[in-house]
Amino acid sequence: MLFEENALTVTELSKSYGTFIVTNEISFNLGKGEALGIIGPNGAGKTTLFNLISGTTNSDKGSIQYFGQDITKVSARQRCHLGITRSFQVPQPFSGLTTYENVLVAAAFGQEISEAEAKDKAVEALELTSLTSKARQLAGSLTLLDRKRLELARSIATAPRLLLLDEIAGGLTETECNELIELIMTIKNNGVSIIWIEHVLHALLSVVDRIMVLDFGQKITEGKPEDIMKSPEVSSIYLGLDEENIDGQ
Amino acid sequence: MILKSLPKKQIRVFLVLTLITIILASAPWWVSRADIRLLGEFYSFLALAVLWNLLAGYTGLISVGQQAFVGVGGYAMFIVTAKLGISPFLSVPISMLAAALIAGVFAPLLFRLNGAHFAIGTWVAAETISLCFFMVPELGGGAGMSLPTDVVKSIASSRAMREMTIYWLMLGLGLGTIFAVYALLLSKTGLALMALRDNEIAAASLGINIWKTKFVMYIAVAAATGAIGAVIFFQKLRISPESAFSLNDWTIIIIFIVVIGGIGKLEGAIVGTIVFFILRETLADYGVVYLIVLGVFAIIIMMFSRKGIWGMFEEKFKRSLLPVTREP
Repeated sequence: MLFEENALTVTELSKSYGTFIVTNEISFNLGKGEALGIIGPNGAGKTTLFNLISGTTNSDKGSIQYFGQDITKVSARQRCHLGITRSFQVPQPFSGLTTYENVLVAAAFGQEISEAEAKDKAVEALELTSLTSKARQLAGSLTLLDRKRLELARSIATAPRLLLLDEIAGGLTETECNELIELIMTIKNNGVSIIWIEHVLHALLSVVDRIMVLDFGQKITEGKPEDIMKSPEVSSIYLGLDEENIDGQ
Repeated sequence: MILKSLPKKQIRVFLVLTLITIILASAPWWVSRADIRLLGEFYSFLALAVLWNLLAGYTGLISVGQQAFVGVGGYAMFIVTAKLGISPFLSVPISMLAAALIAGVFAPLLFRLNGAHFAIGTWVAAETISLCFFMVPELGGGAGMSLPTDVVKSIASSRAMREMTIYWLMLGLGLGTIFAVYALLLSKTGLALMALRDNEIAAASLGINIWKTKFVMYIAVAAATGAIGAVIFFQKLRISPESAFSLNDWTIIIIFIVVIGGIGKLEGAIVGTIVFFILRETLADYGVVYLIVLGVFAIIIMMFSRKGIWGMFEEKFKRSLLPVTREP
């Protein structure tokens, strides 16, 4: 699939803690409107990569271009204002606020608009995520699925151009998972670029255009989902079919 | 402007608050002199509790050094009235400015620390400032100084009138603080504060400027604390580093109030102050027993209701006195 414009260009991005390299010269592109899936075993550096892209962690080396702008040194808050939003692996609701207020915060501060202006956008995001009936409920009392929906609703309310999803399908039932996929497809069809880290492969495969495989902080391979799933690297990492290969890393 | 955009519920709260203020303002005509003094003290604790709660409960800045700003406010008042001959009433805004300035100097240093380290840092800062006042002989050093008679007289000529004036100042600060903090919580900044209270990581990732919000709150709370400090020492008429920078009086008791009342809720600080004064007035004659009861009381509340007395009430009855919930 061809995309007219690059939403994100990551070049040789590196991060290490002491001698431990968590992100090792990772480079990749993301087209505008494209959905990229990231897979890899635990500790492969997937979430760290998200922290680097969203700006919560600073990189040691390399650069990040976002719609042609160099954002390598831009703060997390400003990246949010530029349209980069993330959902957290473990939902992080404002538990003492209602569902509606949670989304209102995202709209008002994510888009830097007044509370009155944010109101409609918050209501819209709630409708899109089927949370309208729970608008007045305290976010702390929501079920897991609703908390995940709330993560998405808040992301949507910031008017994102790039959405980073961190294992959002984990822990959900089959039906719940399908609902979530539908929602993510809706967001994607609105032209939002997506990067999605996920262990629930069937969910990932039904949405993404391309898959990148990470292991030991490095990019192992990337390509079309059907090719990637057949590749020996993925088999060795996920199924341990060729243990020598892993030891050889 | 603000009133127009407010839902009916909140307009009603503002009206009730105004009514309470008017009733309390008339207290000197129907309350005994001793009780007026007690009420005045009540308002000052109320304001300090509401402010400490704003800082600790909402922005997560657990300060055990707020006595620094009570002290600086008090001393600033003494300096400008006794040494520079400025009117006592004008000294209140000057005290605010002085406290804000000191906070502005210390904030960039203290904000490098987190959690417990920040708490200890604020305490050390307060002790340092206190020691500076010990070393100034012009201000009486460790012994402190009294407010000169002519300054006292310039508050009001008669003693009764002076007590009333100080009472009104205290009332203005106490209820003014509640008004201001309530209005703040209803504003967009209030939304950020409540988000910050619940989850700092999420707040930052949704575009809230955490550092700026905390910094502005720290300075604003310091300024208001400075004003209260000035008025507290109008009433005391005497100041010394020990009384002005008392960790016990201006911070520990305030923390007790907020913790038993309910941290992170405006009503919590109000309920806590009322409960504290009831306990204090009924147990004051029992000496040490009073402190033991306070301690046991705090422990019980912390073990069984971490959200304090107000939190317990709110959970059970699903009502709030000062509603800040946004309706879709």
